[in-house]
Amino acid sequence: MKRDAAKSAILSRSLKYVGRYRGYLWVSLALSAVSVAATLYIPILTGQVIDLLIGQGSVDFSAMVPLLVRIGVLIALGAAAQFFTGTCNNRLTYCTVRDIRSDAFNRLQHLPISYLDSHASGDVVSRVITDVDQFADGLLMGLTQLFTGVLTILGTLGFMYSVNWIIATAVVVITPLSLVAASFIAKNTYKMFSLQTKIRGEQTSLIDEMLTQQKVVRAFGMEQPVQTRFDEINGRLRGASLRAVFFSSLTNPSTRFVNSLVYACVGVAGALTSIATGGAGLSIGSLSAFLSYANQYTKPFNEISGVVTELQGALACAQRVFELIDAPEEMPDSPSAKKLEPVTGAVEIQDVSFSYVPEKPLIRHFNLKVAPGQRVAIVGPTGCGKTTLINLLMRFYDVNDGQIVLSGQSIMDVTRESLRQSFGMVLQDTWLKTGTVRDNIRMGREDVTDDEIIAAAKAAHAHGFIQRLPEGYDTVLTEDGGSLSQGEKQLLCITRVMLSIPPMLILDEATSSIDTRTEQRIQRAFEKLMRGRTSFIVAHRLSTIQNADMILVMNAGNVVEQGTHEELLQKGGFYAKLYNSQFAA
Amino acid sequence: MKTLFPFLKPYRKECVLAPLFKLLEALLELFVPLLMAAIIDKGIMASDSGYVLRTGLILVGLGLLGFGASATAQYFAARAATGFSADVKSSLFAHIQRFSYADLDRLGSSTLINRMTTDVNQMQTGVNMVLRLLLRSPFVVFGATIMAFTVNARAALIFLALLPLLTLTVVGITKLTLPRYQRVQGQLDKVLLHTRENVTGVRVLRAFRMQQAETAAYKSDNDELTRMQLRVGRLSALMNPLTFILVNAALIVLLKSGAVQVNNGALQTGEMVALVNYLNQILVELVKLANLIITMTKSMASAARVENVLKLEPSMKDPASPVTPASDCRESVGFDHVSTRYPEAGADSLTDVTFKALKGQTIGVIGGTGSGKSTLIQLIPRFYDVSSGSVRVDGVDVRQQSMTALRQRIAVVPQKAALFQGTIRENLLWGDQSATDEELWQALETAQAAEVVRGKPLGLDEMLEQNGRNLSGGQKQRLTIARALVRKPEILILDDSASALDFATDAALRKAIRELPGEITVFIISQRPSSIRYADQILVLDEGRLVGCGSSEELLKSCPLYQEIYRTQYPEEVIA
Repeated sequence: MKRDAAKSAILSRSLKYVGRYRGYLWVSLALSAVSVAATLYIPILTGQVIDLLIGQGSVDFSAMVPLLVRIGVLIALGAAAQFFTGTCNNRLTYCTVRDIRSDAFNRLQHLPISYLDSHASGDVVSRVITDVDQFADGLLMGLTQLFTGVLTILGTLGFMYSVNWIIATAVVVITPLSLVAASFIAKNTYKMFSLQTKIRGEQTSLIDEMLTQQKVVRAFGMEQPVQTRFDEINGRLRGASLRAVFFSSLTNPSTRFVNSLVYACVGVAGALTSIATGGAGLSIGSLSAFLSYANQYTKPFNEISGVVTELQGALACAQRVFELIDAPEEMPDSPSAKKLEPVTGAVEIQDVSFSYVPEKPLIRHFNLKVAPGQRVAIVGPTGCGKTTLINLLMRFYDVNDGQIVLSGQSIMDVTRESLRQSFGMVLQDTWLKTGTVRDNIRMGREDVTDDEIIAAAKAAHAHGFIQRLPEGYDTVLTEDGGSLSQGEKQLLCITRVMLSIPPMLILDEATSSIDTRTEQRIQRAFEKLMRGRTSFIVAHRLSTIQNADMILVMNAGNVVEQGTHEELLQKGGFYAKLYNSQFAA
Repeated sequence: MKTLFPFLKPYRKECVLAPLFKLLEALLELFVPLLMAAIIDKGIMASDSGYVLRTGLILVGLGLLGFGASATAQYFAARAATGFSADVKSSLFAHIQRFSYADLDRLGSSTLINRMTTDVNQMQTGVNMVLRLLLRSPFVVFGATIMAFTVNARAALIFLALLPLLTLTVVGITKLTLPRYQRVQGQLDKVLLHTRENVTGVRVLRAFRMQQAETAAYKSDNDELTRMQLRVGRLSALMNPLTFILVNAALIVLLKSGAVQVNNGALQTGEMVALVNYLNQILVELVKLANLIITMTKSMASAARVENVLKLEPSMKDPASPVTPASDCRESVGFDHVSTRYPEAGADSLTDVTFKALKGQTIGVIGGTGSGKSTLIQLIPRFYDVSSGSVRVDGVDVRQQSMTALRQRIAVVPQKAALFQGTIRENLLWGDQSATDEELWQALETAQAAEVVRGKPLGLDEMLEQNGRNLSGGQKQRLTIARALVRKPEILILDDSASALDFATDAALRKAIRELPGEITVFIISQRPSSIRYADQILVLDEGRLVGCGSSEELLKSCPLYQEIYRTQYPEEVIA
């Protein structure tokens, strides 16, 4: 019951999207009624013509001409109606789908990062693309076939009953056989199909995993065992596929058999009626019309059962899309939010507590005061909360308790836009857009000149390798940087920040894949760039941070030590141990 | 297509029987209008109820026979199609296993995955449909035409005129729409890419405040997709009305000229009904044919993509008569004037590198980003081939050795830790399938990973998610190191594989590796001078050239680049 209610909610919601184009819907419905009527009326007229062909020398040509003209008009009408129905349906479907996809994407822009962090990216993407697409297919098929199908059945029945009720009843009694046969097969093949889908999924994930890591497979000489595993799944899939494909393909012959049964019955019953009544009960022309109907009548039944499955699939897809569209939005900027200005660079973290999941408290009552222009380094073992701090500063996540104050303003009171604008950020997992190197460097800033780009690249020591790329700054990078090495990607991300010269800087393991010598040169460039600007640096390599004004040593979500390099060394605590370990053999 | 046809060979029987039974069914169907004509002309006209009933039974009998024939055809078609696709998939997978690193770099894994899944499935549908329908539809169309001739030759001439017009319409519209459908697919790929980037790059995009720009760009891509879909939709919406007009126009002509013939006595009424029925059969069959053509063209495009992979010869092959190196060779690895260049790259990655590593030595490799460190070590297991010069392992050129035997003696820990879905034990066994649990634990201890595994509730049986997502970066690295150690390799290569470890763990790891029994040659690439300063030999690379080779002390005296790198970590030390 609950599921049905949910289903109808999804349906009514899908219809709301369709409703924006309801003009097309009405036109489409009216036109398909026209085309069904034309299609059904032609056999009647044909029958009437045939009835005029009584025999040698007695054909009434003058009565025939108006009939033929009428058929001609019907053909033109029917064809035109068919064409315009098709275009209306297309517009209705594709525009609806465009709106849904657009809504889904817009929602994506406003989802909290925590949503995207906790959902597999492939899943989110497939909701926006694959599910929407499948919804479109189902919708289009439903529109084109469901309505014409129902109309055809009703129309045919009406015509048949108006001509001869006995034969019509015979047809009505026999046709459900094809439905029974189809649903029997569908029910029995459903299991086979779900088995096939399951094994196919297993195979795809093996293919996905192994081909992505093909180099590791080769390095360990595991080709043979992997192939054996693959072939085992492949063999099972083959058996399951054979059963599913074969049994489902029985639908067609079975319904066709029922068809021919109907056809034979109409023929025999019609002929017997005609003989019994001496041609008065049923003319040969009407029999011919009946035979055409017998062919047409059963087809929509098969189609409708197909459409119902298709529509159910479409609704399932719509549900997944709506789930995404309904995901709670990031809390919007407060209406009184101001621009963050002027940016002095002062940062104050007041009694902040935060955790990703309530059960696992991470940062507890954290306090920090950074004066404008200070360089703050954060060190500590993996999972100690270094990156979390950055998530909070940039408002990718919001604090549970306490507040962060930038240049005297709480970050909750300023627009996210101006907050993020005041930071330049280079993250550990480098991310590059598909596009040219130049586009990646200027990222959202159309106003910069080539000279500025090159100057930034030189400062980041990226100019050299960019020049060695096949097309220099115009080299198109494929998804996620393509063939660039991890270090080269980091250099590009650093160039990006060098170009924007933000008032504050966040470097999260920004140079972890760059050699120490280049790193130092970049640091010198940063030092020049950041003179008088506040910066936060997360680093593994302690050499990177020795010159910082303040080093925060974090462990398990808390700052365990705080001070300059020299102070911390003298203290001989956690930091000193960490530092000295790099000299141990 | 040539490469793929042999895959149908094992199913020769099925490929012949499936269409044959399908034709039998079609043939039976073609007799139906004739029988109906007989019912009208002989049964009704002569008021012979017995004849009507008998013919009716024959109709039912034909239907049953048709059902049997068609079910048989479906079975053989399904067998051939599923067998074919399973065989192609298996061969494709095996073929990809033979690709060298250079081949994989060029192809990229995502396209290979698509070809193995979507494309092969599309081909399976194609084979199935072709076997069932390709012969049937034209056969029914032509058969109906021929049958029309047997009924009445003059009336049947209309069929003859109709055929080319229908063919032109169906083929014409298919030809017009197909490339447009392909373009729609391409545009959909763009929208997909856009969506994916906005999911994976969300932090950067928001940090750079790109939301509005991205939404606008997405809108324009999405709108363009809709426009393209509408345009091609309009074209393909022409198909049904046009065939409807053609067939029904033929009907008018048939009725008109038929009337004249009936009036002349050359045609009977029942025969007229039969002709109308044949026309209807053609119309039904055409709709099916149009769908089949779309499926077929799609399958053909997929087949071409699959074929391209199968045709691609792996760029590296085992030698005809592999040489097994003698075990008493003191030299473990030797480079002799090695230069190498990646395909399509502008410059050499390594230029004229010569050095020697003895068994049991630890070799450090250091240099700037892009200086060729990874390239150098990837030549040792022959992941890539040199452009000139030669690489020796145990005194024999790697190109003269069997790749399997060579790689068996070497274990590589790659820069990017890669683990597989499965238990920790299964992952470790990649190093050596026959390793005992005790050996696994030894390797884990050495790799400083034992506490990681002990910390898991199920220990070695703990399940790892794809690519070890449920582990931290450092844990993954330690497990990949353990996996390499399980192999008990003669040569161990660590490609900057301790970067996520803190200094203490890194140092403990290096100490444990040094204490391993046997004469293992160890290559360590590192960004940190501390990781390699105690190596027997340090190779200093700069833009692909070997600019220094020796112990840390020697290099500090002789190699300016090494001094510079060294100072970045040990600024206070005075270099003598």
